[in-house]
Amino acid sequence: MSTPTTTQNQDPDLDRPLGGVPLTAGQLPRGAAPGTLAAVAVAGVLLWLIAGWNIAAVAVLGAIAYTVIIYAWSRTVEGPRKATDRFVTAVVTGAFLLALLPLISVIVTVVTNGLARFDAEFFTYSMSGVEGEGGGIYHAIMGTLIITGLATLISVPIGMFTAIYLVEYGRGKLAKAITFFVDVMTGIPSIVAGLFAYALFVVIFGPGVRMGFAGAVALSVLMIPTVVRSTEEMLKLVPNELREASYALAVPKWRTISKVVLPTALAGIATGVTLAIARVIGETAPLLVTAGLADAMNMNPFDGRMTTLSVFSYYEYQSPGLFAEAAFDRAWGAALVLIIIVMLLNLVARLISKLFAPKTR
Amino acid sequence: MASTTEAPPRKQHKVPQRPGDRIFSGISTGSGALILVVLAGVAVFLITEAWPALYAPASSIPGGQGLAVYIWPLLFGTLISAVLALLIAVPLAVAIALFITYYAPRSLAKVLGYIIDLLAAVPSIIFGLWGMNVLAPLTVDPASWLSENLGFIPFFAGPASSTGRTMFVVIIVLAVMVLPIITAVVREAFVQTPSLHEEAALALGSTRWEMIRMAALPFGRSSIVGASMLGLGRALGETMAVAMILSVSGGVSFNLISSENPPTIAANIALQFPESTGIALNTLIASGLVLFAITLIVNMAARAVINRRKEFSGAN
Repeated sequence: MSTPTTTQNQDPDLDRPLGGVPLTAGQLPRGAAPGTLAAVAVAGVLLWLIAGWNIAAVAVLGAIAYTVIIYAWSRTVEGPRKATDRFVTAVVTGAFLLALLPLISVIVTVVTNGLARFDAEFFTYSMSGVEGEGGGIYHAIMGTLIITGLATLISVPIGMFTAIYLVEYGRGKLAKAITFFVDVMTGIPSIVAGLFAYALFVVIFGPGVRMGFAGAVALSVLMIPTVVRSTEEMLKLVPNELREASYALAVPKWRTISKVVLPTALAGIATGVTLAIARVIGETAPLLVTAGLADAMNMNPFDGRMTTLSVFSYYEYQSPGLFAEAAFDRAWGAALVLIIIVMLLNLVARLISKLFAPKTR
Repeated sequence: MASTTEAPPRKQHKVPQRPGDRIFSGISTGSGALILVVLAGVAVFLITEAWPALYAPASSIPGGQGLAVYIWPLLFGTLISAVLALLIAVPLAVAIALFITYYAPRSLAKVLGYIIDLLAAVPSIIFGLWGMNVLAPLTVDPASWLSENLGFIPFFAGPASSTGRTMFVVIIVLAVMVLPIITAVVREAFVQTPSLHEEAALALGSTRWEMIRMAALPFGRSSIVGASMLGLGRALGETMAVAMILSVSGGVSFNLISSENPPTIAANIALQFPESTGIALNTLIASGLVLFAITLIVNMAARAVINRRKEFSGAN
């Protein structure tokens, strides 16, 4: 079955003890996998630099070459089982690296294109009266902050109290239904949430309504389930002993929850809320149909159209007008600001959970 | 460790109910009920606003041939893009979950998980910009090669689009966008694989892949199914990336690489909504209602599958 390339022939007992069936199997040398990888990489770099091949094509060919070589080599030396194992290892690692490509490409693209308009004017001016070059995203930044802030104000209390209900009070059918439908709600398409908010406000204010608050309602529909899930997970982690100790001191249940349970879980809840904000702050579709687009500054979420970063970026790109180059630059600039905000929020969330996590011991 | 199922102590009849307790439990229960009300409200308000389109004469619907004819190509575009995106995303996601759980160094696993989660954090509008500026031009040459050499397959019938803003690019971008959610759910299942099963397999001399095939994959199978359906729900509802990348014209077509593509429901709403009034608006909301119904069914099925695994796995 295996050729005795690396097995030792001095010990005939192990090699052919029973009519030629070996008890030892061949094995690739220690550095086989990294060595092959290095060889393929060197060949790839040579092809790229000297033969002038496309780097992406070289990378893909290299990955395939490595997989084929290691599989064939292992199959001849180690047999089919080990060979399959090495093959799967190569494929699985390749899949992970493949998934990193779009992430890196997206970030590089947005940064290189977005830096063109990263000046003071961009952050301090609105688009009021701007044609052609110049103009800024001040109004869009404020709109994003106001709408997301309002959505947070609506979602956090509802989400937190729902989680409290599920963990501390809920029993029976209602709790089961809520758990199930909260999960289902995380899957509502964002555009449907936008249509819901629009339909709701049309019933109240009449057709064609656009206001920042409607956008905030749409975002809350998307945000509440995330807040509920993360808060629920955190409340479940609070040790039961803390609750019991509090009850033993005759503290009422509601004070136990608000003074013992919530503070213990606070870091985790803050992380969850931050991630929920990061999730909705980049939403475009629901705001497109509810908050619309305005060129000028609008600080009143209950009156008229209100621009957000994502909607601004979309319109600058989709209908750039006469001065397309300037509009595209603004679109990319807004996208860069958005991605920075989202990444920062993600980072802050991880930091909160790391720094303020309750000491378990 | 606190056991989750019996967290608060049982209520006893003699315990005095203070007003604070009543208010607090009232608010909590109310919030929980409010979520169900909101979900019902989404359906109710969408139906209210879609109603005029359901009863309008066929000629007043955009396109002039009635609601079903208007929605069918949209529905087709939605389904074909989401399903094909899933075909790419699911094997990749399972492979990534396996890599993070079983192949990557233990100390790196958490960080690698975060990196994949970052993909989910990128706003869809940025995927749209990226798709039309970076990915679409890259696909022009391969697409024309496909239409010349594999044109007999309906998917690659061509003629290939010269801008690259095709269904093909949309499918790739959708696959990238649903990858993180599928990976997260599948990874959760793999982490919960009973380590006794894994160790037993390894102790019997199986290789790492045989251990995965015998212990992890059977255990995670229903999670993979559920996660795929969750991903399907996401892909069905994705709006901005599709609206920006796809050059929309034409109706039902399996051709993935031409410049004539059926739009998806969500993208069509985003593109038409700002300029629509009256019955056209009601029609758009009716199409949104169809999307809502489909995603609701898909998500409910997905959660049912995932929850069933939780009950029977014995892992929690």
